Amino acid sequence: MQDWGTQKRVFAAIATAPILWLFTFFVIPLAVLWAYSFGRNVGLTEIDISGTFANYARAIEPLYIAIFGKSVAVAALTTFICLIVGFPVAIAITFAAPKWKPWLLLGIMLPFWTNLLIRTYALMTVLRGEGYANQSLGWLWNLSSNARVVLGLQPLGAWEPLHLLYNNFAVVLGLVYVHLPFMVLPLYAALDRLDRSLIEASLDLGAGHLRTLLTIVAPLAAPGIISGVVITFIPALGAYLTPDLLGGTDSQMIANVIERQFKRANDWPFGSALSFILMYATFIMIAWQASRERKLKREEA
Amino acid sequence: MFTRQPIAPLEYTRRWSLRAWVALTMFFLYAPLVALMVFSFNDSRRNIVWQGFTTKYYLKVLHNDTLMTALLNSLTIALFATIISLVLGAMAAVMLWRFRFPWKSAIEGTMALPIVVPEICFGVAMLIFFAQIGWPMDLPWPFSLGAITIAHVTFCFPFVTMVVRSRLASFNREQEEAAKDLGASEWQAFRDVLLPHMKPGLVAGALLAFTLSLDDFVITFFTSGPNTITFPVKVYSMVRFSVTPEVNAVSTLLILMTVILTTIALYLQNRMTENSGKGHS
Repeated sequence: MQDWGTQKRVFAAIATAPILWLFTFFVIPLAVLWAYSFGRNVGLTEIDISGTFANYARAIEPLYIAIFGKSVAVAALTTFICLIVGFPVAIAITFAAPKWKPWLLLGIMLPFWTNLLIRTYALMTVLRGEGYANQSLGWLWNLSSNARVVLGLQPLGAWEPLHLLYNNFAVVLGLVYVHLPFMVLPLYAALDRLDRSLIEASLDLGAGHLRTLLTIVAPLAAPGIISGVVITFIPALGAYLTPDLLGGTDSQMIANVIERQFKRANDWPFGSALSFILMYATFIMIAWQASRERKLKREEA
Repeated sequence: MFTRQPIAPLEYTRRWSLRAWVALTMFFLYAPLVALMVFSFNDSRRNIVWQGFTTKYYLKVLHNDTLMTALLNSLTIALFATIISLVLGAMAAVMLWRFRFPWKSAIEGTMALPIVVPEICFGVAMLIFFAQIGWPMDLPWPFSLGAITIAHVTFCFPFVTMVVRSRLASFNREQEEAAKDLGASEWQAFRDVLLPHMKPGLVAGALLAFTLSLDDFVITFFTSGPNTITFPVKVYSMVRFSVTPEVNAVSTLLILMTVILTTIALYLQNRMTENSGKGHS
């Protein structure tokens, strides 16, 4: 590391472009968005930035509080399911034979490289009324119905396709489907660094696998668990596409409400205020992660 | 499961319960995608029961002009966004890795922000920004994609910075100093010593930027004018109301494209890390 003053020209040559770009196309747009959140609509396209807090006041009306609460609940549930599903997978990858490890990792990562829209669409084809899930269930239903006839019992009624799409269930399933790799990869990174002799010692001293997992592995892998939780929760909270395509009228999340302010409702100041509330929520999560990490490091030291 | 050797305590992966769990997870991740790809060859409009093999939906897609234009737009945007992100990202990475300067942690933090800010917030910020500065909407083609490309570069280049910087951490500064002692100029030392070392990071960063740009829907949705349709935006409008074999065919093409790109990149990266490993020993 050298001081920038020792090679001012080299520093200027490499620093100007990225800093200027970041400032012009990131900091300024966000600053404008922030300014808009204190404005109000006057006329169809004109917005007067008057420093009013009315948009924020409107955002804490019960209707929007409910949507925020729902978004947080859906994101939290998604994160929890990802953790439950992902933890054993991360353990399996960690302790897999070296020959299998890269393939398992690739298996988890490949969907991550696939287009989000396509993955969501794939879920739609599975969940819709005449989708594969309903077909498989209908086939099982008919099979058991026939089996009952063979056994001399009344056959079951006709198969009624389940409504799996356009509801909250589909939204959570879709979010888990999309965000599972986000959870597995940091968990794996943390578990892979773990000192295995500690697990062996715990098992040798008579603790069961579950107890070892809860009292030895989980605390040691805590940084990985926390970063997995944060990395999954943040995009799930701000998810737009999944609730839009898989959700019904009652599965609107905060991002869908923001989108509506900018497209159909045409209330940019209110949409800006909602966007900033979502951003503050994101920053609080990141700050929480950073403080937990610092605390864990202090405890280690 | 049927192995003779007893399972050692830490051989979790050999336990059938964990194997079943992993297999189920993989099934959950891949079954919808595989079904989607298989049924793109199904000769039935309703797309439920297998009726026989056909490629007619692929021909239909190839003759769908708006879809092809959208694909061309997306690839053009991704190409330009990748090139610009790569240059900016590499510069930022070298800057952060090499120099100490005032406001460094603030700039470093701001540079990480595009990675964590929710897409929807950045999307609407870009919408307001371009509306505010009066970005012209009726430019001739490649320039009509300018706004989207700018937005893509902004959220792609911090990822490139992150990847390249982690690669730079393993660079031995003495090599650069040796080059300079032997008479290399600042630029020669960069081109012949530092740049070859950065190469695997640059390839990984470029692939990441390209995929992120090609994949993006939300930010594009807010920055695209009425006349510029990108591939995800077009697919979105097709997907929104119906499940049709054409969408399956389009999706299969895009999945294949990503798989091929990822394979090439992984192959290149492996070869380069092996080569550079040989170079050091």
